[in-house]
Amino acid sequence: MEGFWTRMALRAWTVLILLFLFIPILLIFYYAFNTSNIESWPIRGLTLKWFSATWNDPEVRTALVLSIQAGLGATAIALVLGSCAAFAIHRLTFFGRDAVSLLFVLPLALPGIITGMSLRSFYNFNSVDLSIWTIVIGHATFCIVVVYNNVLARLRRTQGSLIEAAMDLGANGFQTFRDITLPLISTAVVAGGMLAFALSFDEVIVTTFTAGAQNTLPLWIFGAIRLGQRLPEVNVVVSFVILVTIIPVVIAARLTGGGGAARVQAAR
Amino acid sequence: MTVETLGRPRRKSGGAFPFQSLLWRVPWLRPALLLVPPLAWFVLIYLAALVLLLITAFWTIDTFTTKIIQVWNLDNFRIILTDPAYRLIIGRTVILAALVTITDAVIAFPFAYYMARVATRRVQTILFAAVLLPLWASYLARVYAWILILNHSGVLNWSLQSIGLPPANIGYTNVAMWVVFSYIWLPFMIIPCYAALERVPDSLLEAAADLGARRWRTVRDVVLPLALPGVAAGSIFTFSLTLGDYITPILVGGAGSSFIGNVVYTNVGIANNVPFAAALATIPVAIMAVYLLAARRLGAFEAL
Amino acid sequence: MKGLDAKPVHWLRLATTAAAALMVVTACGSTTTAGVTTQQPPTANMKPQTTIGTGEGALNLIAWEGYVDPSWKDQFQKDTGCTVNAKYAGSSDEMVTLMAGGGGGQWDMVSASGDADLRLIYGGDVKPMNPDLVPDFKNFQTYFQTPPYNTINGTHYGISLQWGPNTLLYNKAKFTTAPTSWSVLYDPQYKGLVTVPNNPIQIADAALYLSKKDPSLKITDPYELTQKQFDATVALLKQQRPLVKKYWDLASDEISLFENGDAMVGAAWPYQTNTLQADGKVQVADTIPSEGATGWGDTWMLATKAPHPNCAYLWTKYVSTAHVQAQQAISFGETPVNTKACAEMESLQAGSCAQYHADAPGSYFQTIKFWKTPIATCPDGSQSCIPYAQWVTAWTSITA
Repeated sequence: MEGFWTRMALRAWTVLILLFLFIPILLIFYYAFNTSNIESWPIRGLTLKWFSATWNDPEVRTALVLSIQAGLGATAIALVLGSCAAFAIHRLTFFGRDAVSLLFVLPLALPGIITGMSLRSFYNFNSVDLSIWTIVIGHATFCIVVVYNNVLARLRRTQGSLIEAAMDLGANGFQTFRDITLPLISTAVVAGGMLAFALSFDEVIVTTFTAGAQNTLPLWIFGAIRLGQRLPEVNVVVSFVILVTIIPVVIAARLTGGGGAARVQAAR
Repeated sequence: MTVETLGRPRRKSGGAFPFQSLLWRVPWLRPALLLVPPLAWFVLIYLAALVLLLITAFWTIDTFTTKIIQVWNLDNFRIILTDPAYRLIIGRTVILAALVTITDAVIAFPFAYYMARVATRRVQTILFAAVLLPLWASYLARVYAWILILNHSGVLNWSLQSIGLPPANIGYTNVAMWVVFSYIWLPFMIIPCYAALERVPDSLLEAAADLGARRWRTVRDVVLPLALPGVAAGSIFTFSLTLGDYITPILVGGAGSSFIGNVVYTNVGIANNVPFAAALATIPVAIMAVYLLAARRLGAFEAL
Repeated sequence: MKGLDAKPVHWLRLATTAAAALMVVTACGSTTTAGVTTQQPPTANMKPQTTIGTGEGALNLIAWEGYVDPSWKDQFQKDTGCTVNAKYAGSSDEMVTLMAGGGGGQWDMVSASGDADLRLIYGGDVKPMNPDLVPDFKNFQTYFQTPPYNTINGTHYGISLQWGPNTLLYNKAKFTTAPTSWSVLYDPQYKGLVTVPNNPIQIADAALYLSKKDPSLKITDPYELTQKQFDATVALLKQQRPLVKKYWDLASDEISLFENGDAMVGAAWPYQTNTLQADGKVQVADTIPSEGATGWGDTWMLATKAPHPNCAYLWTKYVSTAHVQAQQAISFGETPVNTKACAEMESLQAGSCAQYHADAPGSYFQTIKFWKTPIATCPDGSQSCIPYAQWVTAWTSITA
């Protein structure tokens, strides 16, 4: 539909924006080799010493492990509760449904500092000690929303006639769910789960308020940043995380990047 | 119409599957049961916490020990409304949030359009992965990399000077914050725009062409209105995330870059004046409430 | 050492009594009588432990940036098996907030400065410590064994650590000779090149400068300002505002500002100076101008609900030794409280003992106006001085 010049212009714009997105990330990779521990341009020398320093640093390992644990916990809760919520909202019509939909959007729509502050006050009020569980609860609250949105969007795009057809053919509720509904929404669930994990893994504001003496990776990074003497270690860790997640991200992109209404394979 | 009415359990009620027949006879029971756990979570934890925060806004603290004194008063709100410093800070935050949202919409739309309608399937996947990947590179590290780019002897000035242009010197200014915020939230705008644009059926575009519309007319009258919910959805993220952020102003901002988030954080994390911070926090909540209502009218909630 | 034994600093003791009076007033809700009784801190009756048991394997510290450096932390971890987890705070307020609720059962110790100490003590967030468990305590300078900001009625609520001044940091390329006055921070010719901490206590620094620049204001104590003195100081800071490139929140903010040429002069801690000098890209130095400087006296305090008290005592023991005191003094740029540290400092870095005044601190000590929490009671006893809460709101309007 688009003309040749329009396509060229769009292509050029896309390349430009890709550069915009990735230049800071390339700098992060580059400065992981910095001889100096203060970041300044141009780089004054290259070294590999930070890789071994980071590898041997127990704080980094503890923080990384805690982040993964918190992410998995929050994502697990989110997958269950988010999918339940999506199913319920999709099927039910009741007075106050709009209000409930709005409620489910709030954790992402309200700034994180408000979520963090209110949860912190809530914990203090109920004399709950801060721990990894308070972190997980905080993360789960917005992770639920991410999964909920993804699954609900997919449910809205699936054709109800498939379910009806299955029922007509004699499947009971559970069979229908297992054989028809689940495959249709599975990619949305996986995509929602991965996005939820990504948000939890990189979350810093809510975590600042809901963590006690525990350090998730972003909290450790913030501590290292404010010292001003361990920047290259931060760059090493972040580079490592990026490299490790390239494959899962590509997989997720395959699952959903084509995932619009036109791609519901079973429906074709 | 709910699907439950078509299920047909063969067993008689009261037999081996009484629960299942109950679910059949009361069609809304299953979804309602599904709704209870998430709703309970949200109401008992999240909503309760928010309400508690709102209540705290009406209290004060003992200034020496910073323990909360549960005496109802409106002092906090009075201070916020009368002291011009807070109006300045709120205004600056809202304006910058709006600016970042518009910038991201403008940047993201052509990118998302290319992804959705021009790129081949394989390129689409690669581009989508490319947009998701930055979310895995720590927000803090990316913002810090921007300090490297924008400061006095940073990449930007170095590049400009090496081609003979004067240095930009936008480090530690609101302009720097605008650039950094637009950068950080860009994936959150691209993804909903892309999803919305992808859903525009080819048939509509063909129909428009059949009716005689030229390319730009089609884009303006068919594509844009259908993509608007996606843009609105993305704007919720960019606006709200900018509105509440305090870390980027600390790292990249200069004098006169304080955001609502900074003052809130200073009062909570440093001065331990939670009631005042809570009172101040009601401002972004109110702003977002208005924004969400507007966005919902544009169909954003379906495009999230 | 001479000046310290003979004359415990008068204003500190006054501040303690005044603070105690405030506590009485707050607690009883009535006007105070002439003879002020020193209210007992809430944890006064908690007897400290008499021995150090086995380490619990972990230690959670709240510290100033640079206080838990790997160069001495790693050895401690190896020796005791206590894995140290440090959270950095950039201001006393932040430390008080983190410690609220006795550390919340999360934190073991906090390296609090004088202005935080009393608030922590009277808030019940820290409990008494036993100096007998710290062998090097007897080597401390006498003043720092029982300074009024961490010792109340003979009970030690912490073990003194180090002390030092807030300095004037400058880029040697811009300032060929060291500036002699804080006026450079308020000088329009350095517009856009100045940086100062984003901390309301900075008002005291401005007041200190004003006390010499404008003697008619009669500012004697930069932390106890009458309305008129306070207004004049705030006016000065508002004049300074267009000159400031950035109000730094994190130590690394200031390090980046100087490293990359965005700032040429500013108020700093010696930590920033040392980091920049070690890196070597920009030539910087710091100085204490003629008007004197504000400063801090730090104490390691034990949280009331500390989960790892044995590791906490092991740490306190460790950082009080002459060697670690010397290491920290040189690394951060401050003065140790252990008299034996001077020799160690000389062996680590020649000239450092004199540079950081570890050998003759008496006169140096007098030039520093140590941080303390501003309260309503003025030096003359009247209640018309500006309390800290107003400092916070004033600072917000200055930096908005």
